[in-house]
Amino acid sequence: MANVLAVDDSASMRQMVSFTLKGAGYDVTEAVDGQDALDKARAGKVDVVLTDVNMPNMDGIELIRQLRGLPQYKFTPMLLLTTESGTDKKAEGKAAGATGWLVKPFNPDQLLATLAKVLG
Amino acid sequence: MSIDIAQFHQVFFEESFEGLEVMESGLLDLEVGQPDAEAINSIFRAAHSIKGGSGTFGFTAIGEFTHLLETLLDEMRNGTREVTREAVDVLLLAVDSLREMLSAARDGADFDAEAVAAVHAKLEQQLAAGSAVPVTPAVEATTASASASASASGAAGGEWTIAFAPHPNLFATGNDPVRILRELRALGDSRVQADLSGLPPYAEFDPEACYVRWTITLDGTVEESAIREVFEWVEDDADIHLERASAAGAEVPGSACNDAVDEAVAAPALTVAPPPVERRGGEDRRSGERRAGAAGGSTSSIRVDIGKVDSLINLVGELVITQSMLGQLDDPEHVDFDKLREGLAQLERNTRELQESVMRIRMLPISFSFNRFPRLVRDLSSKLGKEVELKIVGEQTELDKTVLEKIADPLVHLVRNALDHGIEQPDRRAAAGKPRHGTLTLAARHEGGNIVIEISDDGAGLDCDRLLAKARERGLVGADEHLPEDRNHELIFHPGFSTAKEISDVSGRGVGMDVVKRNIKELGGVIDIQSKFGAGSTIRIRLPLTLAILDGQLVRVGDQTYIVPLVSIIESLQVDPSRIKSVVGAAELYRLRGEYIPIVRLYKLFGIEPESSSLEDGLLVVIEGEGQRAGIFIDELLGQQQVVIKSLETNYRKVDGISGATILGDGTVAMIMDAGGLIALNRQAHKPANPSDNVKAA
Repeated sequence: MANVLAVDDSASMRQMVSFTLKGAGYDVTEAVDGQDALDKARAGKVDVVLTDVNMPNMDGIELIRQLRGLPQYKFTPMLLLTTESGTDKKAEGKAAGATGWLVKPFNPDQLLATLAKVLG
Repeated sequence: MSIDIAQFHQVFFEESFEGLEVMESGLLDLEVGQPDAEAINSIFRAAHSIKGGSGTFGFTAIGEFTHLLETLLDEMRNGTREVTREAVDVLLLAVDSLREMLSAARDGADFDAEAVAAVHAKLEQQLAAGSAVPVTPAVEATTASASASASASGAAGGEWTIAFAPHPNLFATGNDPVRILRELRALGDSRVQADLSGLPPYAEFDPEACYVRWTITLDGTVEESAIREVFEWVEDDADIHLERASAAGAEVPGSACNDAVDEAVAAPALTVAPPPVERRGGEDRRSGERRAGAAGGSTSSIRVDIGKVDSLINLVGELVITQSMLGQLDDPEHVDFDKLREGLAQLERNTRELQESVMRIRMLPISFSFNRFPRLVRDLSSKLGKEVELKIVGEQTELDKTVLEKIADPLVHLVRNALDHGIEQPDRRAAAGKPRHGTLTLAARHEGGNIVIEISDDGAGLDCDRLLAKARERGLVGADEHLPEDRNHELIFHPGFSTAKEISDVSGRGVGMDVVKRNIKELGGVIDIQSKFGAGSTIRIRLPLTLAILDGQLVRVGDQTYIVPLVSIIESLQVDPSRIKSVVGAAELYRLRGEYIPIVRLYKLFGIEPESSSLEDGLLVVIEGEGQRAGIFIDELLGQQQVVIKSLETNYRKVDGISGATILGDGTVAMIMDAGGLIALNRQAHKPANPSDNVKAA
């Protein structure tokens, strides 16, 4: 099963995402901010990245920009978990290389549906 | 798969309350006019997380409220809004409201909707005023345009024809055209035609680029918005054109271009409604003052640093090793005493370390309690018209969670007192040659097995003459009696004692200090005050790090062993007969550095047989409790050790002069003395006057 890198500075969101994905059989690597995620993604290959946007140390958009620069993550699906209703963050995320986004609030079923979508 | 979202609520509440602390302290530190970008950013992030979480976990009202806050902060962050003192004030109020809403949600209670609405209005007012960026009601706009486009494409007609021409760089965002085709097929019957005409000659072929275009024919009953949603992520990476044949078969020109679609596609995702906020009926909740308990709250869980748990596991591992090592000595024929001794020593070390480690799990930094003070000092000093700088030292000092929770209210009281009665008005300070702004320092540190908390101010200090006059007026001190200075200061801990000329609504009427003292004593701590008239006061609280274990001095009276808390002991001394004075019809007294203290004969109070009833044969342990001193007459001082406190009340009943019991190494039960209670008991015993039998008066 695919290994998902779940990045969020909020422990409850991380727990929710992780619990949902593990329940569906995914392997989950958790990270608390962009820098942590980058370190973990470098250490081992992940198949999908789910990242919050606003985080200390490194935000989700910068994380995606950095990951896209690594050869092993050139084509990896990376999704932003965003509450921004405006199009700014989405456009910014796209420009950085995000595959797409999932708008918060989302429920576990929506999360799984979106993930199934990108993983095929 | 169905997942119960409620299981994440606890963590959500905990992190939200922490987020509120971050917001509050960040707002308090924010410099009006020239704010630090990172500071605003971290406040914004905290608000943002609360908003995201509350939406996800079903607390709609909290999410909506936080949205306003977040918008305001976002504008400050972008520099489109100035950081004014008014805005910060409103944001602080909003933090309070959020705290209340979160507490209510956690406790399943109702919050004060009126008060929240008032703050809500203030936030909106702030948003409306002075901002270049209008708050766009994004959701309404998009729903409107979505429904408009839906009605434009009208009733179900002929089939959709979708032209999908990805840009060569489509793959660079991790998108895959096959995914899109698959999703379209999931919507309804579809036929796909690939156009390979864009393929370059082999030599120019870039395997990372997309050259293929597709034309998809899709079932006409599919909503346009559903199709748009499939393409949502690739709008900017592809040319997408939608056309639908009319029911009659004629082609209707499509409304295809990407820009018109932007908002429409966002709409379905946005309108996903979280479940309604759970609310149970209940009386109107008290507002305002509630915030004191919010941070610690009634949560009975504790968040433990993973390092502490790891060290615990390591220690248990070592314990297991020791146990198996001792197990190997189980040969009655050849007992290896050296090995046995070594094993027991190791066991002792393991046990001690394990105990310390377990205790550490309950330890939290005192910052949990100190964090509220910047706000309190800010609010109170502006209310009193004083200028006060708050300094916090040693906020990482750890202490037991229970002690931490119980010390909270006394600390608030002491800080209020210092602000109200200690620090003077700026003009008065200036006249006294002091800086206009006063300094209040909160400091915490470890000292032995205790935590020492100091609250110091550079204010007016205690006026000894006035204290004494007041005490005489109340009959607490005799007309011609003189007290040493430190005893004089301690008068403020007497019930009903207050020297404030006017009663203020800030720190009350002097009902406080004795209550503070009682609270501290209940925690097994002591409080004292040092003050210099005109220069300021320092209140020092010394508390045990934990309520479960106490450092005790073992003493022997006859064949009984008692434990005197080390914190109550001033000194132990050999009795000098020339210093004993017996007062007719009253207790015996002992002259200690110019002061007479009563002698407590334990064997009399507790009805046991002493080794000797002659004072010269034993020792006097000078104890202090509730501001009074006494000398306990004992036969012998034994060792000092940490003892685990067992409550007498839950196992037997309350006994005067005894605060609890413990089990000693040999299995016997030893009583733990309560210094204050013992002194009171002794006083009572001598009231009817029964002069001691064998006193040699000096």
